[in-house]
Amino acid sequence: MRREPPQKFSDYGPLLFPAGMLIVFFVVPFTTMIAVSFFRRNPAGFYSPDFVFDNYARFLSLFFGKVLGFSLGLAVAVAVCCVVLALPFTYLLARSKRRTQVFWLVALLSVLSLSEVIIGFAWSTLFSRTAGITNLLVTLGLMQEAVALNPSFGAVLTAMVYQALPYTVLVLYPALVRLDPTLTEAARTLGASPLKAFFTVVVPALRNTIIATLIMVFIFALGSYLLPQILGRPQHWTLSVLITDQAIYQSNMPFAAAMAVFLVLVTLGLVALTVYAGRKGEAA
Amino acid sequence: MNTALQRLYFALFGLFLSLPLIVVAGVSVNEKQNLAFPPQGFSLSWYGEIFANPEWRSALVASVVLAALSAALAVVIALPLAWFLWRREARWANIFQLLGIAPFTLPPVITALGLLTFWATTGFYGQPATAVVSHAIFFVTLPLVTLSLGFSAIDRSLVEAAATMGADDRTVFRTVVLPLILPYLVSGYAFAFVLSLNEYIVAYMTVGFTMETLPIKIFNALRYGYTPTMASVTILFVAIAAIVFSLVARFGDLPKLLGAMSTRD
Repeated sequence: MRREPPQKFSDYGPLLFPAGMLIVFFVVPFTTMIAVSFFRRNPAGFYSPDFVFDNYARFLSLFFGKVLGFSLGLAVAVAVCCVVLALPFTYLLARSKRRTQVFWLVALLSVLSLSEVIIGFAWSTLFSRTAGITNLLVTLGLMQEAVALNPSFGAVLTAMVYQALPYTVLVLYPALVRLDPTLTEAARTLGASPLKAFFTVVVPALRNTIIATLIMVFIFALGSYLLPQILGRPQHWTLSVLITDQAIYQSNMPFAAAMAVFLVLVTLGLVALTVYAGRKGEAA
Repeated sequence: MNTALQRLYFALFGLFLSLPLIVVAGVSVNEKQNLAFPPQGFSLSWYGEIFANPEWRSALVASVVLAALSAALAVVIALPLAWFLWRREARWANIFQLLGIAPFTLPPVITALGLLTFWATTGFYGQPATAVVSHAIFFVTLPLVTLSLGFSAIDRSLVEAAATMGADDRTVFRTVVLPLILPYLVSGYAFAFVLSLNEYIVAYMTVGFTMETLPIKIFNALRYGYTPTMASVTILFVAIAAIVFSLVARFGDLPKLLGAMSTRD
């Protein structure tokens, strides 16, 4: 059956429900949020309609500048760690037997689907004094006594890398499966070591994929909300934490909305950059 | 030497992914109510506690009902949309595909805040049904992507043959299209179900004060200290995810499913 343009009005029937749902429950809430970001806060209720830029102007304080800087820096660190760890792994995985691939994909999906709460709890246990990894080091005689490793920046970073690593592998996987195996074979025939072939042939061939993946993981990490709260100190809190805090505990919806809109703009800018990088890659 | 190194690398990778879960599994079988590893004594009573303690049980029931309903609603939204995009030539309709993918691609706090604003404005804030709709919209991306993949894999001449023999759209859909895309429909449902089960922030922002799902319950429990039930629930959730994805792999082509799932990225 060839694709045909819709002819009768009834041909549009199947579209009605999905389009309606997406418009009512995604487009409308999203637009409402943008509108609220220009509203004035009303201490008695939620907010009152207005058109002010106060909520955006509040960003310009040193405090929010610091939070934003920290959130972006943390997300960059997570993205870089994940891609460095995942790229060689995914490369090898894509060349493994089918059964090995399926096993790892199931394991990665299982970890990926885990709630942030669960990941936070698991790592806080691993970093705790009574049940943590330092007990193992004491048993091995490498340490004098067990210590707690959280809250700390290292704990937040480790758990966020743990959360984003399966995602990174799954984003890289399709590109690496499709990578032409004769590329490395040629390099090997010409006398390059496997490591050299990987860095001089595979990595440059995947330059655009790597850039796109870095951006995808960056966005993913930007959304992290619970891990900084469970494993970090208040100075490790991210923009997502602050948005929720303003919305729920300070009941300052206009300010929370303004921060969210700002976060969307950052994200969309980065997505546009990814698409641009991808287009450029195709053209080359 | 090369394969040995590769094995070591894979083993370390696996160790990193499983280490926190091993410790939590150990903690979950402690006999007494303390956070200790290696476990002191052995007891499965903390697993029984999930079902015996009314608070944990109602959180479990709330989570499972929410996941089952919202995944179903997500599929009901995604199926006609994916079908329309495959069957009809209407470029402008691609905007709805974009809308279906957007909620999942943006940082979750944005979708959560948008929905909170919306439910508060319309006066439904806090009702359990709002969580179902919110999760369905948040996770509609997953069945939409798997179903689009399923439709693109259908050989159009098969459908054409059925149409030539006089079958109308409805009959073709029921007798030819539906059986072919069923595995994709099931995996889309499975992905949405497992992720909804684990989702925190959208559920918290929409119904956090009226309904406790398991992730919300774990986080609240975490604030007031520690109970081994948190560990046993964690292991239960890991087991559910592993079983569901193993089933998807058993009855579908997981590498293919994931190979195309990320092309949207």
